[in-house]
Amino acid sequence: MKEKSSLSVLLNGIIKENPVLVLILGTCPTLATTTTVDGAFGMGIAALVVLVCSNVFISLLRKVIPETMRIPCYIVIIAGFVTMVKMMIQAFLPSLYEALGVYLDLITVNCIILGRAEMFANKNAVVASALDGVGMGLGFTLSLTVMSTIREVFGAASFAGIAIPFMQDYKIEFLTKAPGGLLVYGLLIALIYVVTQGKAPLKKSFSCEGCPNAEFCNSQNCDMKGA
Amino acid sequence: MESLKILIVILLSSVLVDNYVLSRFLGICPFLGVSKKIDQAVGMGVAVTIVMLIATVVTWPIQYFVLNTLNLGYLQNIVFILIIASLVQILEMFLKKFSPALHKGLGVYLPLITTNCAVLGVTINNILDGYNFIESMVSSLGCGLGFLLAMVLFSGLRSRIDDTQVPAPFKGLAVTLIAASFISLAFMGFSGIVENIFA
Repeated sequence: MKEKSSLSVLLNGIIKENPVLVLILGTCPTLATTTTVDGAFGMGIAALVVLVCSNVFISLLRKVIPETMRIPCYIVIIAGFVTMVKMMIQAFLPSLYEALGVYLDLITVNCIILGRAEMFANKNAVVASALDGVGMGLGFTLSLTVMSTIREVFGAASFAGIAIPFMQDYKIEFLTKAPGGLLVYGLLIALIYVVTQGKAPLKKSFSCEGCPNAEFCNSQNCDMKGA
Repeated sequence: MESLKILIVILLSSVLVDNYVLSRFLGICPFLGVSKKIDQAVGMGVAVTIVMLIATVVTWPIQYFVLNTLNLGYLQNIVFILIIASLVQILEMFLKKFSPALHKGLGVYLPLITTNCAVLGVTINNILDGYNFIESMVSSLGCGLGFLLAMVLFSGLRSRIDDTQVPAPFKGLAVTLIAASFISLAFMGFSGIVENIFA
């Protein structure tokens, strides 16, 4: 693989391959935790920490992990870091722990983390993998924060828990509920298309490409291929 | 009688009110990815329901009889994901050997389920909610059926979307997400019904 400059690796995750808005990975936490800015930011940072740690660890072990057993190995490594992060949050930020609930555990099966392990960390050196983790994690945090800002400001007339006085009479409570999350996400993807004038690789739908299971599942009988 | 009522409430609320896909956002990836055709949607839904039930049968006793007795509650996450991953593998091998026809139908979806957050989510939620074994099984069944219902309804909607003229920026995923938002809105209508069903 061609060596890329560290800056481009870092920026890649934030802009060009933004995991949420361009690669469309990690949709579950994106939709579920963006009702408040606090929760979304916390989720983003927690995923960032797990992503960096697991990327570094997997990159270090990339020559040791046998090819056929790699997915289970990755899952165990990721689940280990998720447990550590979860215990830290429980100890030092109990309110965030309450707010995120089961979604903290579900960082384990977040496609972004497994996807980066499979697509980047097992092919690249430690430093590049760490930078890729930071970039992807920041891209994830940024998108989550933007989306939660829209939902919280217009839906609950507050920002990070601080009420915005002049908007109190104009709450669109629908946005803080489940359907509002899907709607805002759809609109953001459409907005990205308009801003980039269609240059961003428009994802028609989910397909095997980008799916962390792509090589794991038997690709010749995968009729989702190119779906 | 009282316990039967509780079971019915758990079942209905996990199918309709707290639908895993539409109100808790678990398993969104297969929901958007595999709902293009109705037979795919049914296959995925059935496979997820089966895996959820088997995973609950295994994880619930392990949590209560192994992890809790040995004070290893913090290993829940690692243990559960490993159990689910190996169960899916075993199930696939089993189907391949004993029921090739079923394997042909469901086998494609099985590897995708390993990293489906709905399955890990349901096993962890059953423990968090303090359900007993029977309640956990009913809740898993309800979540699986709710997933199936959402998939089938949504695949019907998507075939309609394919026939419509969508503005360029909304083509593809954007319009799909907005359509999912409307289905989710429709499901919000169920909230409050189940609590009062025996009132």
